[in-house]
Amino acid sequence: MTGRRIMISGGRVIDPANGIDGVMPVYVAKGKIAGVGVKPEGFQPDQEISAAGHIVCPGFVDLCARLREPGSEQEATIASETLAAAAGGITTLCCPPDTFPVIDTPAVIQLLMDRAESVGKSRILPIGALTRGLAGTELSEMSALKDAGAIAVSNASLALANPLVHRRALEYAASYDLLVMIRPEDPWLRNGGCAHEGEMATKLGLPGIPTSAETVAVAQSLALIEAVGGRAHFCQLSSERAVEMIAEARSRGVPVTADVAAHHTDLTEGALDGFNANAHVNPPLRTEVDRAGLRRGVANGALQAICSDHQPHDLDAKLDAFPATEPGVSALEALLPLTLRLVSQGVVDLSTAIERLTAGPARVLGIASGTLSLGVPADICIFDPDLDWQVDTPLWLSRGHNTPYWGDVMRGRVTHTLLGGRVIFRL
Amino acid sequence: MNDDCQFDAVGHLRHFLTIDGLSRNLLVRIMDTAQSFASVTEQQVKKVPLLRGKTIVNLFFESSTRTRTTFELAAKRLSADVLNINIATSATSKGESLLDTIRNLEAMHVDMFVVRHAQSGAAHFIAHHVSPHISVINAGDGRHAHPTQAMLDLFTIRHVKGGFEQLTVAIVGDILHSRVARSEILALNTLGVAEVRVVGPRTLIPACAESLGVKVFHDLDKGLAGVDVIIMLRLQKERMSGAFLPSEHEYFARFGLTQERLARANPNALVMHPGPINRGVEIDSLVADGPNSVILQQVSHGIAVRMAVMSMAMRTGAKSPVGERA
Repeated sequence: MTGRRIMISGGRVIDPANGIDGVMPVYVAKGKIAGVGVKPEGFQPDQEISAAGHIVCPGFVDLCARLREPGSEQEATIASETLAAAAGGITTLCCPPDTFPVIDTPAVIQLLMDRAESVGKSRILPIGALTRGLAGTELSEMSALKDAGAIAVSNASLALANPLVHRRALEYAASYDLLVMIRPEDPWLRNGGCAHEGEMATKLGLPGIPTSAETVAVAQSLALIEAVGGRAHFCQLSSERAVEMIAEARSRGVPVTADVAAHHTDLTEGALDGFNANAHVNPPLRTEVDRAGLRRGVANGALQAICSDHQPHDLDAKLDAFPATEPGVSALEALLPLTLRLVSQGVVDLSTAIERLTAGPARVLGIASGTLSLGVPADICIFDPDLDWQVDTPLWLSRGHNTPYWGDVMRGRVTHTLLGGRVIFRL
Repeated sequence: MNDDCQFDAVGHLRHFLTIDGLSRNLLVRIMDTAQSFASVTEQQVKKVPLLRGKTIVNLFFESSTRTRTTFELAAKRLSADVLNINIATSATSKGESLLDTIRNLEAMHVDMFVVRHAQSGAAHFIAHHVSPHISVINAGDGRHAHPTQAMLDLFTIRHVKGGFEQLTVAIVGDILHSRVARSEILALNTLGVAEVRVVGPRTLIPACAESLGVKVFHDLDKGLAGVDVIIMLRLQKERMSGAFLPSEHEYFARFGLTQERLARANPNALVMHPGPINRGVEIDSLVADGPNSVILQQVSHGIAVRMAVMSMAMRTGAKSPVGERA
């Protein structure tokens, strides 16, 4: 029913890309934004959504969410996870290429797009593999991947064989103006670690991942990007120093952007105490200083986006001795409340927080999304910033229950999500 | 640390996973109980009936001779039935998960697991998932903890030195990979020693080591100056291939305990080692077999201390007062 005319009334509209923040109605017609504050001529709504006391903003753009399909449907599916995304206010999702099979052929991209379209709960933007099979040695057919719909290319969390492959991959991607997404981690310095090399890992006797595993990789990537050009984006930073290095490069005009996962703005290595496998994430949760640096990056724009880094797992994945558990958290539905936590804790104002979930990531990708501009597809999130809810069934919709917040009360909950003018979620 | 899972609902010791979170009173009571068992092991008939009818499973996912043997002897002297399971040759090598292995053994109505595992946190994980009547004793998990080894070392120190106040203790060698060192540091600080030092090259000292409550030394001569107890750690051969150290030869030259170096410590300083020792790598034979060495006493005390811990976790030992938590 894309033709439905909807009026969203009484809500505080925040559209950072257009500098809008105020109580006004939003009009939707033919699946697109037809008016913000100004009623289109002759508009007669078929449906009215009351958003009194709520925030009305663009649907969120998540730069990193694993849906586990194809290949790991026992953990989650596109259907289960895009429903969870809708419940989290997310309307656009970038999917890393480390599926089974890997997203290194147009066929896998087509499969993902078809599945997403048949479910109809999210816009899925596949990230193509940077190297064939993500093996880190031979380039993937990036041009064909781009033509098939890849939004960017990445080697996900897998290492490249050497700096020469890294250089050639950046050069080749730049030939097609493809964004390269980099999860910076030096595999030699990581050395099989599973926790930040610091006080907590020392106390628990966990093999450590030093901060230098991230900073060395960032330094190497920046040096190559400066040498060969092309657009690059650093994913899920975990350290204060890496944020500073990237900000410094940007200040010299190097075309790089960066994001942070929401849980990295909230938790530190302390969350691992007692061998809490749900706090086992990669990159690892680091120190108070690192968390403060990441928060500062969100506030001052050194980090353009907050992503979920959603990684749903089945129960078994976390049932083992800590180092043997799978890293990653189920995070789509925590993205908004954790970002709002930055507002309530005085790190950013509400408009900036929403910008990092909408226009910020959209600009990283170069897509006309994350705004309420006239004529763009009506991807809209309406949320109650003061609603407390418990992370538990039945509210939690992701198949993955692997979150350090399980059982916690979170503040801020989506009440409606619209995708292309259709209401796809309602609380 | 959330290790309250070591205690049952009324605050009695149920699992023995780490020294972290245990009170000084409890550590003293473990040593007192061990003292009462020490005489048992010297009798003609070396058995007491405290755990008669109980089944204890020695679940070793990592090979061990000394620890497994002393746990087995301790259990037998408490009259328990003992089952030794070496997982390296058993189910998990056939792809069974750790949890499935535990569930299957539980179904055989056992009462206690003594667990050795190569990964830090394994004993905690098992303790969180066993039925309420089962106790778990950590016999060493990864680099994390080896609390019975720490207790037998403390028992040995108390046996010779009489107490802990005023003592300066140096732990020498591969602190980074040592579960023994971590448990000893916690136990020594809980019992109120004057100072704990760790001594080793920077490659073998963990990040933020001071946060464990120690002073760090990279020079053995300085680290041993005026100490009352020296605990030497075993150097694993694989440290050379991991680029932690250039050679055994250079290690011995800088960090090996010789008679000359021992002279830097206080007279009558104790020399300890959790075993098995590498003669000529971390310790000279003259020192290992010399008058300051209590290395073999440590082994025999291991049985009494493990009897104490097992009987207390099964709540058949001395009456448990409240306040076992730190």
